[in-house]
Amino acid sequence: MSNQDLELVSVTKRYGETVAVDAINYRFKSDSYTCLLGPSGCGKSSTLRMIAGHESVSDGSIVLDGRDISVLPPAQRGTAMMFQNYALFPHLSVLDNVAFSLKMKGVDTAKRHGEARDMLALVDLTDFADRLPDQLSGGQQQRVALARALITRPQVLLLDEPLSALDPFLRIRMRGELRKLQKELGISFIHVTHGQDEALALADDIIVMNNAVIEQAGPARDVFNAPQTKFVAQFMGGHNVIALPDGHFAIRADAVAVTAPTKGAVEGNVTAVEYQGTHVSVSARITGDQDVLALIPDTTFFANPHNPGDRIGLHWDASNQHKLIA
Amino acid sequence: MKLRNNPAISSLLMVSPLAAILLIFLVLPIVLIVIVSFWRATEFSIVPAFEFDNYEFLFGSSVTYTVFFNTFKYALITWACTLLIGFTVAYYLAFHIRTLTWQIALFLLCTIPFWTSNIIRMISWIPFLGRKGIANSTLMSWGAIDVPIEWLLFSDFAVILAFVHLYTLFMVVPIFNTMMRIDKSLIEAARDAGANGAQILWNVIIPLTKPGIMIGTIFVVTLVMGDFITVRFMSGSQSANVGRLISNDIALLQYPSASATAIVLLLTVLITIGTLLRFVDIRKEL
Repeated sequence: MSNQDLELVSVTKRYGETVAVDAINYRFKSDSYTCLLGPSGCGKSSTLRMIAGHESVSDGSIVLDGRDISVLPPAQRGTAMMFQNYALFPHLSVLDNVAFSLKMKGVDTAKRHGEARDMLALVDLTDFADRLPDQLSGGQQQRVALARALITRPQVLLLDEPLSALDPFLRIRMRGELRKLQKELGISFIHVTHGQDEALALADDIIVMNNAVIEQAGPARDVFNAPQTKFVAQFMGGHNVIALPDGHFAIRADAVAVTAPTKGAVEGNVTAVEYQGTHVSVSARITGDQDVLALIPDTTFFANPHNPGDRIGLHWDASNQHKLIA
Repeated sequence: MKLRNNPAISSLLMVSPLAAILLIFLVLPIVLIVIVSFWRATEFSIVPAFEFDNYEFLFGSSVTYTVFFNTFKYALITWACTLLIGFTVAYYLAFHIRTLTWQIALFLLCTIPFWTSNIIRMISWIPFLGRKGIANSTLMSWGAIDVPIEWLLFSDFAVILAFVHLYTLFMVVPIFNTMMRIDKSLIEAARDAGANGAQILWNVIIPLTKPGIMIGTIFVVTLVMGDFITVRFMSGSQSANVGRLISNDIALLQYPSASATAIVLLLTVLITIGTLLRFVDIRKEL
């Protein structure tokens, strides 16, 4: 595959007075799996749809392979989109659904069906070629949608909440398949989701969006480990956001240790203890009525158990304390 | 109590009102018409009998074939015009009007002509189309024509114009209804696959709208084939369709002959619709 680079340059989307996406800049890495993560209404879907060409760009440009694609029709951009509800044509067989874009190009029946069969083999659906979409399960429909998007040989595949319609068990299986497929094909996947666990499991890079702007972007581990804003820390979960004399900080709950009252960085009273199997979560209230959560390995906790009301100290390494800029 | 708990009896009770209405007001009259169609009629009497004279006369007369041909001609041309207009209007409402409020408002606008009766809507064409009507005098004042166009009124043109005017809404409603159920993301998906406007129309919208087109077709075809008043008014009694044949027979008290013609018309319409239904499955729409 070519060395593609997708870049968003000050991309803006306005709906009347409302700004859905506010001048965002981002350079996607080639051949990587990127997740656009954020709560609903944050602008992640609008961003994806602008890249796909299903939403006009109010301002700024989208550059792929060195050319501005923001004014091109969807099919000429080198992108393909997989829709949230799959958007399979209900009146066409699986084979014809997959071959649809080739039919639009005027490829003759035998050739386009041949190529479609190859695509169906890729997603393991060869035996279902003659079925109608209604006769398939949700997971199978999703794979048809995937095959239909991939037959256009896109440089970038855009996935709009592709796993949201599946049951939890299937979701975890499909996410493994998506990841594997992205590696095999060696193209970029951009995946919109509101589930941080999904983003962490799939993505090389995560872009966290909120209120029409990018809050933080970077490798999945960096975003989780070192959130830069209060929003990211809370949205990714597993973090304490604490106001200390020199500013706000995020500290991972599993980096907080419980000590004797005088030996910790801060002191507090235990408010709740919850056994979670591999871990025990200890909530404590510290000065300034702030709640801190400590996630302690169960063996450590039961060697020295605490009960609500106990006075404890809380300790963490300075390297785990990340200053929040907002 | 026992009776109420018996599912077989309770479902029988629930289905019986509709069954009774259909039996009394649909099945029974048709059976009567079938029976009367075999009766014997003379100039001054109608005699219960079982003979095929009415049918023999009907199929033996060249008038019958002309009139049936005319009926089909009206149905076909009206169908084509209403489909074209109806599809366009429904397409515009469903895909170009963005807000539901405007869709409903414009849809209601389409129904306004239906607040007056068929006859009034038909008659209102007469001052417009007549020899000295608005159409002719306007064209003459523009200098487009020197003598009034004769075929505007009391002609097949006028009949079909009135049919199209009266029945286009019956095409708009079911097609609009089907189009509104088309998932908009299908159109985006088609565009994503490189389809242009015409290709989307042909490969996605028309196939998915077929059931609506078929229901509209059934409405228009049955209405036009069963009509007699529009043909009488708008053709100035110069053209005939099967409906007029039947109405003339009734005016002459020739009930057996009218019944036989009605039965043949009924069978013709049923066969036409049966044939149409073989091509499109409308069950999803019902």
